[in-house]
Amino acid sequence: MSEYAVLEIWAVILVIAVATYLIRLSFIHLFGRINQVPPRVTLVLKFVPAAVLAALVAPQLVTPSPDVAEMVVDERLAAGIVAAAVAWWRGDILVTILVGMVALWALQFGPTLVF
Amino acid sequence: MTEDFKAGARDSIGILLGLVPFALVFGIAADGAGLSTIQTVAMSAGIFAGTAQLVTVELIAANAGLAIVIVTGIVVNLRMLMYSASIAPHFTEYGQRTRAVLAYFLTDHVYAMSIAEYAEEARSRNKRLYYLGLGVSIWLVWVAATVVGYVLGAGIPESLNLMFAIPLVFLAILVPAIEDAPQVVAALASAVVAIAAAYAVAEFGLPRGLDLLIAAAVGIVAGVTAEEVMAR
Repeated sequence: MSEYAVLEIWAVILVIAVATYLIRLSFIHLFGRINQVPPRVTLVLKFVPAAVLAALVAPQLVTPSPDVAEMVVDERLAAGIVAAAVAWWRGDILVTILVGMVALWALQFGPTLVF
Repeated sequence: MTEDFKAGARDSIGILLGLVPFALVFGIAADGAGLSTIQTVAMSAGIFAGTAQLVTVELIAANAGLAIVIVTGIVVNLRMLMYSASIAPHFTEYGQRTRAVLAYFLTDHVYAMSIAEYAEEARSRNKRLYYLGLGVSIWLVWVAATVVGYVLGAGIPESLNLMFAIPLVFLAILVPAIEDAPQVVAALASAVVAIAAAYAVAEFGLPRGLDLLIAAAVGIVAGVTAEEVMAR
């Protein structure tokens, strides 16, 4: 549960919604005046999804700590690697979520069922 | 309803199979972040961009600063500039008002499917109707599935760690989106910096959310640098 005020959440929704719409409209509207994104901008934009998504995923697969060995021994990291392999192989969101969740549950609950 | 609109709606079915679980996860996350039903629906209807919505509720749940939540949500959607520029030549025959409506539905999937369909000249589709067939179907199912996820959210036991589905969704989008070595460099650099920065947030009280922006910026610079080095 966040400590955000109701109005702050509405402000977030409104500002991002309007900005997103203007991004979508940009060249569709301007076409005829500017019909090319500058190559430099295209080059930067090409890396936005990979960089942002990797930054979102990485800290959720390990608990950040200066001890690398401690970080690597983590059920979430193992389940994440399995899911990444499935995503690469199948490229399907549904299958990736299912396999990743099952892998996590197997690692978390599996040992208690066996021993 | 014409044939072209129906063709778009039909072609959206495959996409929706992947988007419904994503929408459910967003609904559950929105509930977890303390959003109201109407706020959750407003996000899906207004922002209509899954990754940005999920990032936004994640940062709200983590109590990141207002400015950081807004900036991050917008940065994630900047890629749509490319879609807008790429699809614009197909819409020049339409008036301003039609173009303003079409722009609203420009998501990753609508863009990719429409561009592929427009390239099939033999089918001579009505561009606007095919595009709207895709966009309207995806919009309706997206908003509805969000509400279902929101309602289900409260009933799911904590021990199932369902929130782990969020990084899984991001992984499912990230991995197939990587097409070349410079993008691998960008992703790896960003991941390493993100872990270090998340540690700094926990240990030294760096504002939550700033870690994401720092990591993404380093990743983008690393990717651009790799691209330039490899081009030589």
